[in-house]
Amino acid sequence: MFHRESGVFKTTYSADMALYPLPIAKWTVVVLAAIFVVIIPLAVHEYYLSILNLIFIAIVGALGLNILVGYTGQISIGHGAFMSVGAYTAANLAVRLGLPFWITLPAGGLMAALIGVIVGMPSLRIKGLYLAIATLAGQLIIEWTINHVPAISGGAQASIEVGRPSLFGVSFNTQGHLYFFLLFFAVLAIVATLNLVRSRVGRAFVAVRDQDIAAEIIGINIYRYKLLAFAISSFYAGVCGVLYTYYFGIANYEQFQLIVSIDYLAMIIIGGLGSVLGSIFGAIFVTLLPIAIRIFMEDVGSLFFTQAEMANVISGLRLGVFGGLIIFFLIVEPEGLNRLWRNIRSYFRVWPFSY
Amino acid sequence: MTRFVKCWLGVAATTATLAFGGGQAFAQKELVFGLQCDRTGPTANVGTVLCPGYHDYIALVNSKGGVEGYKIKVLEIDNEYKVPPAMEAHERFKKEGAILEGLYGTPQTAALNKKLEEDKILGTSPGFGTASAADGKRFPYTFPIAASYWSQGGAAVAFAKEKLGDLKGKKVAYLFYDNPAGKEPLPILEDLAKAEGFELRTFAVPAPGLEMGAQILDITGRYKPDFIITHLFGRAPSVSIKELKGKGFPLNKVVAFVWGSAESDIIAAGGMGIAEGYSTMQFAGVGKDFPVIKDIEAMYKAQGKPAPKEMDSTVYYNRGVFIAALHVEAVRNAIKAKGGAAPTSEDVKKGMEAIKGFTLGGFVPPMELTAADHEGGGWVQIWTVQGGKLVKAKDWFQGNRPTIQKHLAADASKS
Repeated sequence: MFHRESGVFKTTYSADMALYPLPIAKWTVVVLAAIFVVIIPLAVHEYYLSILNLIFIAIVGALGLNILVGYTGQISIGHGAFMSVGAYTAANLAVRLGLPFWITLPAGGLMAALIGVIVGMPSLRIKGLYLAIATLAGQLIIEWTINHVPAISGGAQASIEVGRPSLFGVSFNTQGHLYFFLLFFAVLAIVATLNLVRSRVGRAFVAVRDQDIAAEIIGINIYRYKLLAFAISSFYAGVCGVLYTYYFGIANYEQFQLIVSIDYLAMIIIGGLGSVLGSIFGAIFVTLLPIAIRIFMEDVGSLFFTQAEMANVISGLRLGVFGGLIIFFLIVEPEGLNRLWRNIRSYFRVWPFSY
Repeated sequence: MTRFVKCWLGVAATTATLAFGGGQAFAQKELVFGLQCDRTGPTANVGTVLCPGYHDYIALVNSKGGVEGYKIKVLEIDNEYKVPPAMEAHERFKKEGAILEGLYGTPQTAALNKKLEEDKILGTSPGFGTASAADGKRFPYTFPIAASYWSQGGAAVAFAKEKLGDLKGKKVAYLFYDNPAGKEPLPILEDLAKAEGFELRTFAVPAPGLEMGAQILDITGRYKPDFIITHLFGRAPSVSIKELKGKGFPLNKVVAFVWGSAESDIIAAGGMGIAEGYSTMQFAGVGKDFPVIKDIEAMYKAQGKPAPKEMDSTVYYNRGVFIAALHVEAVRNAIKAKGGAAPTSEDVKKGMEAIKGFTLGGFVPPMELTAADHEGGGWVQIWTVQGGKLVKAKDWFQGNRPTIQKHLAADASKS
């Protein structure tokens, strides 16, 4: 929206599908990189970095879930459990074998992918609500297993403490250090997803979503691609769980219960199913909104309420406003924040000659 | 390009001023406390009563001129019993310059242990967190400041022994919520079963613990124990009381851990009348018959306001007061040690580790916090429902302390 597209003519398919549709888009990326790598860490207080850190982790998880739900059309209510699979795999490897994060992180992702494929197997025979219940069962089974198998959970506490990740002798132990650690993986996840969805595999996912019988007729092996979607999606979830583990310094399955699966579903539905930017918007919205409402209420609320009332009012209002805003945004634009953003953009694209 | 760079530098400078300038607007003689709470999550029934208790005690201290001349400002954040908001809350407290914080929730405490240590900010977790956090060397900045589940397990067995005379050959059932917190006392109970010669059988209740007909039937119909120890959370304690009563099990052979012990749990089970004999464990005083509670009532009266209704739910309300009282006492010790200067969080940690003989007229146990023992000895009281209200059945005691210390030592050497 900050630039004009006139004079850019595409003559090949590959140009049309390029990650940077316009030459200026490269500069946009450079600017974004400068903001996130240089300006924000230098200029922003640690507290805001900690919020960004939570958003980065949520982005990884939301992207993974969006690949499955948004792009492939398979639902999962088990992503919280897949995160815990990644978390415990990484924690066990890190503590028992003393492995560094660059081994435990992909290992956690791979283990989650394996479990995800197993839980996703019912998707070969059922869809929609039925699949939702099957993955819900997966969530509960994984929770129960971790709770009751000390070999995985590390004892009655079901929590394993892990050290801070370190690279070349530098330990990521402040919010500022963790910011770079998490930013790296969030960017990696975003770029990987952007490339995945414009690849052959990504197009196959979309074909399965839109009409699986038609997809099968044109030669897509839908069993393979459905399970592949579960695998990739769970890999992201597993990595997300590993990032949580390193961020909090502990793997604890109580951090990944059913409510987390629901929260992530909420993120991608608010953000926009089947879009990378939507996952990012959703992760930001769900993480930031409760905080924003609280900070707003702390400033404004004291005009109307006494200190004792405030605590209850803030908590209650936050739930109410949060729910209300979700409903509002979905009524304004059922396809999520991403579509809203595109509407705004396409309005300004031709502005002021909108007719 | 130069104009572009200038523009962004301008933005950066503005952001920086906003970010760094915002945090320095304190009054000179003010100390900030952070308090995490759950007012809307799954444990809201506790948080909505406990946190007002905390605020009321701080208001009482402020109304009397503060602690050693310092006013206290409490910043409360509702973490909804979720882990990421708990981390955000901690960072916010840090930004606002909090010298200590009250944690809320077991997974939240687990997730913050490391961060507290890195940031050197003291956090208290009474009734939450792991038993091994009592070890001040292992978790230097986490303070359970109340009996852990291990200590409660030891105390429950001691109480059962007192009730039954001797435990040799007796059958004890342990009914617990099937999560890590519920399973935590098991090693203690198993150890004591061997030592005392009683038979222990465990009955797990899956989350959310609203349905336990099968377990209760198993206990009362088949196992027929001489004593039942329950360790449940949320709505589950009231269900257990109702079910046990329904199957005709004598409730005076039951003792509940600290989260199954509020008036509201008993009332939700059908009222104080039906729960006659039900015993509960407490880590803070129960009822209104304490000078500190009377002071809070007087404070409200002086302001011309009625006492808040949360006060009637004395179990949780008093726990809030209890936490606040220990926070204030730790800060008082810290200020005294520094000769009146504003304490840092590390001073407050030393102040907390110097708490001894601070009982508020029997409201707080005769605990002694030290650098090694952040639990303070694991004291509990037993209160029993009698004639429609909770009556103290056993004053502050430490049950089977040697066993717990043995486990703590073993745990410390393992890590």
